[in-house]
Amino acid sequence: MILIAASQLAQVMGWYAFGFENWRPTLYAYVLWAICLCWGQVLQHGEHGKRTLFVLPAALFVISLTVFPLLFGLIIAFSDWNLSSPTGRQFNGLANVRQMWADPFYWNAMLNMVWYVLAILVEYAIAFGLALALNAEIRARKFFRVAFLLPLMLSPVAVSWMIGKSMLEPRFGPIARLGRLLGWDDPSFFGNPWIAKAAIMVMDAWTFIPFMMIMILAGLQAIPKELNEAAKVDGANGWRAFWEVTFPMMLPVSITAILIRIIFKLKLADIVINVTSGGPGGATDTVTSFIFREYRDRSNVGYGTLLAMVYLVVIVIAMTVLMKLADRFARPRT
Amino acid sequence: MTGSSMTTPDTQIFHDSPTDSAYRARWWAGRVAVYGLLILWAVICLFPVYWTLTTSFKMAPDVMKGHMVPWVDYSPAWLGWRSLGLSPDTLGDESTVRAEFLKRFSNSAVVSLASSVLAVVLGSLAAYGLSRFSYKFAWMRNTDISFFFLSQLILPPVVLALPMLVLYKELALLDTRIGLILLYTLSVLPIVIWIMRDQFSSIPTELEEAALVDGLSIWGAFLTIILPIALPGMVAAFILSLVLTWNEYFFAALLTSTHANTLPVMVASQTGSQGISWWSMAALSWAAILPLIVIGVVLERYIIKGMAAGAVK
Repeated sequence: MILIAASQLAQVMGWYAFGFENWRPTLYAYVLWAICLCWGQVLQHGEHGKRTLFVLPAALFVISLTVFPLLFGLIIAFSDWNLSSPTGRQFNGLANVRQMWADPFYWNAMLNMVWYVLAILVEYAIAFGLALALNAEIRARKFFRVAFLLPLMLSPVAVSWMIGKSMLEPRFGPIARLGRLLGWDDPSFFGNPWIAKAAIMVMDAWTFIPFMMIMILAGLQAIPKELNEAAKVDGANGWRAFWEVTFPMMLPVSITAILIRIIFKLKLADIVINVTSGGPGGATDTVTSFIFREYRDRSNVGYGTLLAMVYLVVIVIAMTVLMKLADRFARPRT
Repeated sequence: MTGSSMTTPDTQIFHDSPTDSAYRARWWAGRVAVYGLLILWAVICLFPVYWTLTTSFKMAPDVMKGHMVPWVDYSPAWLGWRSLGLSPDTLGDESTVRAEFLKRFSNSAVVSLASSVLAVVLGSLAAYGLSRFSYKFAWMRNTDISFFFLSQLILPPVVLALPMLVLYKELALLDTRIGLILLYTLSVLPIVIWIMRDQFSSIPTELEEAALVDGLSIWGAFLTIILPIALPGMVAAFILSLVLTWNEYFFAALLTSTHANTLPVMVASQTGSQGISWWSMAALSWAAILPLIVIGVVLERYIIKGMAAGAVK
């Protein structure tokens, strides 16, 4: 306990001794304080303290990097802070909120997120089909698994160039060529809002379908083989056996996979930033890419933070509702 | 087949009953459908990679005409790789682009390796503690603490990005590798904890109990008995973190400028500024994804294991 107090004092000392040149000393002090706290736990509680030592480092790490910035974010969300202007931070109360309320592009981006999330259902169907195919008795399973996994490994930035810029190039990209062959006169993918949105969805789906596929595959492999055989003996054909045995069994896994996929989808930004940067007319904007551009264009930290905070609140509410629903939906059958 | 066997019943002793052959026809149809689907999707997965690789060897007219197969409809050239300074004839010379590329590459490598190691260490410890002991920090019990860690997954990076930008500026961590490492560790930590908690709870507690009886301390038991058993899970978590951090773009684009830029930022900046120099972009993209392709092919088992960890309980 004395150690902790001493280190806390050191923190305060570090604060003043170095002046306000930069805050790096505070960081060192925090690390020092954290180490002392851990050590103090062991000295103070002995065996019990050693147990605490397992969780404490991670907890301190996360708290310092999320809770603190979040609180700090709450402060700057209500201020006008242009990083490139000399005036610095200025508290402006609810002006940001009013600006957000009247910002059509922000709400448009929110609405886009709904569409993007809905696209997950299609991804899920494809992933399920692929998982079933992989789970069948096939040759060269290893090859197919590696091939299917590959898109997930590639960085979204590279993907957005490889597919978005190169293959969807309207004049000589292979997909545009294919489109012309099929009778589409002017295969430009990023002129029409809906086609652009679909193109972004397809690229994102391409990278993330393997993820869902693997989770579903793991679920499929956990189903005992006897169950399907029993269904066959009872006279169910393949289609019915799937809907009445496999699918209900897969419900919990499916819900987990979809929920995680939604979480990842809500972070979607890299592809949008690099392929369309939101266009045409904000049709492909995600919230993240919109805030990114907002910051890039005006370097106003305050407004962007407020938008992000609101987004966080919306996400937390939506995810809580979804998880509650999923719980109720999945439980009676398992 | 059935028809012929019915007309000449005595020449063929064994013949398929109609239901059998119907079954076989359906079986073949199923086979064809399954393989058709698999091959189609494999093509969808592999074609962009193939396209990028071949484009990096194309000259301008080959790109315009959409040639696809090297040596058949165009003759490969080292154009794209030469512009990166990575073709055989330029490999010996000085090349600013290559120096730039290697710098970004090493930044990416250092940042992703360091943050993955850090995340696996912190995450494994936390996961082990949470799966074995019961804690009480103020009102928080084990489930609350787990939820606290895992809920970080929901937090979109954009919420942290701008406050972090300001904080890093004050802490003089902007455009440093350490800053990126800290944030990347944070972003993969929940995933590591998830995988490792699953891994640890599959190890029977009797193992440690026996070790404790033998006179080992809690940490001794953890380090000498449990860790070796949990190693595959740790490898899986490590690989997954490595992939995620290697690919991360958003934080890197915001928080680095000249010194600590990672490879994705370099790729992205080329798309914007340089217009359309297809071959060099293709070469650059391909060089950026190559390590991951290698990892994917060699360590596919671990990646799948890691991702499947949470799926089945």
